[in-house]
Amino acid sequence: MQINRTELLEAYRKMRTIRVFEERVHEEFATGQMPGFVHLYAGEEASAVGVCLNLSDDDKICSTHRGHGHCIAKGCDVPGMMLELYGRRDGLCGGKGGSMHIADLSKGMMGANAIVGGGPPLACGAALAAKTLGTGKVAVTFTGDGGSNQGTTFESMNFASVLKLPVVFVFENNGYAETTGSSWSVACGDIVNRAPAFAMPGVMVDGHDFFAVHEAASEAIARARAGEGPTLIEVKVDRYFGHHEGDSEKYRAPGEVAKLRAEKDCLKRFRKRVTEAGLLQAGELDAIDRDVGALIDRSVKAALAAPMPTAADLMTDVYISY
Amino acid sequence: MARKLTFRQAVNEALRQEMRRDPTVILLGEDIAGGKGSPGEQDAWGGDMGITKGLIGEFGERRVIDTPISESAFIGAAVGAATSGLRPVAELMFVDFMGVCFDQIFNQAAKFRYMFGGKAKTPVVIRTQMGAGYRAAAQHSQCLYPLFTHIPGLKCVVPSGAYDCKGLLTQAIRDDDPVIFFEHKLLYDVAEDVPEEQYTIPFGEANVVREGNDVTIVALARMVSFAKTAAETLAKEGIDCEVIDPRTTSPLDLDTILESVRRTGRLVVVDEAHPRCNMAADIAAQVAEQAFGALRAPPRMVTAPHTPVPFSPSLEDLFVPSPEKIATAVREARAYKA
Repeated sequence: MQINRTELLEAYRKMRTIRVFEERVHEEFATGQMPGFVHLYAGEEASAVGVCLNLSDDDKICSTHRGHGHCIAKGCDVPGMMLELYGRRDGLCGGKGGSMHIADLSKGMMGANAIVGGGPPLACGAALAAKTLGTGKVAVTFTGDGGSNQGTTFESMNFASVLKLPVVFVFENNGYAETTGSSWSVACGDIVNRAPAFAMPGVMVDGHDFFAVHEAASEAIARARAGEGPTLIEVKVDRYFGHHEGDSEKYRAPGEVAKLRAEKDCLKRFRKRVTEAGLLQAGELDAIDRDVGALIDRSVKAALAAPMPTAADLMTDVYISY
Repeated sequence: MARKLTFRQAVNEALRQEMRRDPTVILLGEDIAGGKGSPGEQDAWGGDMGITKGLIGEFGERRVIDTPISESAFIGAAVGAATSGLRPVAELMFVDFMGVCFDQIFNQAAKFRYMFGGKAKTPVVIRTQMGAGYRAAAQHSQCLYPLFTHIPGLKCVVPSGAYDCKGLLTQAIRDDDPVIFFEHKLLYDVAEDVPEEQYTIPFGEANVVREGNDVTIVALARMVSFAKTAAETLAKEGIDCEVIDPRTTSPLDLDTILESVRRTGRLVVVDEAHPRCNMAADIAAQVAEQAFGALRAPPRMVTAPHTPVPFSPSLEDLFVPSPEKIATAVREARAYKA
């Protein structure tokens, strides 16, 4: 699968945007001004972007509590996301969703989901609609290793296979469901081992390698579009931060994250590969870095200055007010 | 033109006519045609109560979808499909089965509109049967509409007869929010005059089933006919009852109830659900709060007891409120002296 220059630049911009967004949210959250819970996606960028680069706005994705990366990869407005994380009135969901429920249906982003395993049935529904209406569109559900053990996920895989739905199950295995190791909690070792039980192809890819993810997703999505049914992709990734901000991460090995950042980082790998192959120039990537930095700065400043929702907003977007 | 249809036929006709009118309406559920993947007859059941019989013949497998026994998957798929251009009507065979798929209903479908800042539309209907009296015991007999009514973002419909059923179900399918449509299984064979043409009944508009001036009886679903029977008995004793059927518990037409109680001064609420946090408690509390001065007797609640639904016919008959119990409550309200 050839990826053209424009797509490569787009991929880098999105991965970089996710990284800087998450690093900045990490800092902002520590100031105490950002309410709620945030679960950061830094380290896993190649997964969201490698998959979503194969999708259009009319294709649907369902995400997880760790959803910022999927939002950005699917094209959600970044300043709007930052407003939402700060609970501002003009946020992507009017300040009513927050980090764990951020969504933009106009971009085919059906929502982060604060219920582990909440997304797979919904993605089956989006795929059912695509199939019934004959649109040729697909749905992708991102699920973690924790969510891979939920009954909803098993039901959905069987359901999708039985009805031959155009859906791709992407399992982002970052090794930890909160604190619990996936090497223990996934009885069959790798999640990909479950694919044959649901009569669907399964592939495992290195989630630090954008190109590997992109290729696997491209094949699975083409298969779905062609009416050949669902595919399972297990993406081995690593998260750079805790389960949520404030997590002491005592369950991780000493020096684990520093080593990952030094040796496996998906952005560094991407940069090395495309510059060494002469596909992109380092200067082009540096320019993107500067743009992204400025965008995130602007987004935070704007969010901090933006108005909060008021009492008048509490009772809107409901069908009846009691 | 009106002719007699059973409640069962009214559901089928509402689905059939709306599927003809709107190609985005699909049905999904367990055995709603029946026989999928089996060697014998297709459309073998038409749902466990025969409600959807014949629809696969007209609309085909693409729009009448038998599913594996996976309530989370297919209820969730109905919800997801509703956000993606379809108007699915899912059949949750018995409301008791909400226990295996409730997340998709109350955390997903119900929340989207508000949680996504008003930008999501989820036009899904979940039809489900409820109610005791079928000797189906604890896990197939409950009236769980109060649980759903509690949750913002769901609309709850509890029709009491075939005419209302057809109009309310048509309205439900056209509604842009998630609707839970409760069908009392003891009503399926009850016939009423039902017009052949399509019509809708708006949500949140109670039906005054019988006008009267002495006592207001509010009753839901199967309890409406029990209340009417009680009212006829009481009329012979000179007690003139008004009977109100709210038809939907969410939204609830409190205004019609309040107007009635302000005239009669007495309220009896009949609810087949368990007594704590049910519609009877809710309506009595709201009337007490908003029309306290009009009350000439404490509101009375006639409900099932706070037990699981028992199996033995002798026990189940005691479990369900009866016209006699309703009449007793009305007499006591009428006779009350402060």
